[in-house]
Amino acid sequence: MKVHVTVLPKPSVLDPQGSATAEAIRHLGIAGVGRVRIGKMIELELPDATPEEEIHRISRDLLSNPVIEDYSIARA
Amino acid sequence: MKFAVLRFPGSNCDQDCLHVLSGLPNSTADYVWHKDVSLSGFDAVVVPGGFSYGDYLRCGAIARFSPIMGALKEFAAAGGPVIGICNGFQILCESGLLPGALVRNKGLHFVCRHQHVRVETTRSPFTRKATQGQVLDLPIAHGEGCYFADEAALARLDREDRVILRYCTPNGKRGENPNGSCADIAGICNEQRNVFGLMPHPERACDEMLGSTDGRTVFESLLG
Repeated sequence: MKVHVTVLPKPSVLDPQGSATAEAIRHLGIAGVGRVRIGKMIELELPDATPEEEIHRISRDLLSNPVIEDYSIARA
Repeated sequence: MKFAVLRFPGSNCDQDCLHVLSGLPNSTADYVWHKDVSLSGFDAVVVPGGFSYGDYLRCGAIARFSPIMGALKEFAAAGGPVIGICNGFQILCESGLLPGALVRNKGLHFVCRHQHVRVETTRSPFTRKATQGQVLDLPIAHGEGCYFADEAALARLDREDRVILRYCTPNGKRGENPNGSCADIAGICNEQRNVFGLMPHPERACDEMLGSTDGRTVFESLLG
């Protein structure tokens, strides 16, 4: 199976890439853009029987840093 | 004193560190490859700067799982002095040896210049030969040097006198911060005070030819 792990900076962490991108969207002439946050999406190929807890372990201990980032998991 | 300089794939300040450390009085220094599993016989460890594993995933995130890191944690737990410089600081944070994390500079640019930092405490093996409030002129070179920790962690660092260096003006005043770090933090230590992480490069400021010799304070403090 394929699993998509999305990692985003925590709301309390400064995200200068997101702020710069929000500004660029305004320069496109599109008003009303709120906060933009930039993270990453990681696609994992795993055996179908992989326990949920193992996916969380990969996401928590390696793919994200809990000090600065949150993650979410979706089976693709 | 016998220094270990760890080398990861992508370390690039290892030679500078070895050069400086092996020139200290009564000192020798050797490289230790990241796949080694022992630090026995060494009195101090330097985790040098660079781009370990190409900074893939996050700076220091993959180096944290290198075989040598088990020995480094044991060395630190036994009270051995450890300095992480730049990418070394990032690795120490990722591995949990120091609190907080280093994220993208607020201004988004890679910053490469000399920067003044203030010695906030001399109560550490790395600054005991400095004076409180002493201003050091050290080079910085990083894209992800913005120190982040939550408010509780920052308050604790302050309360326990664990902020070792803060970015400052040439006169030692607050208000100059090259990367957006929380509380102008340039370097911190752990609770036991034997693990020190800093973004500036003291090893690049140990020779008159390089424009500053202020980095020597850090290494000479270690000699006791």
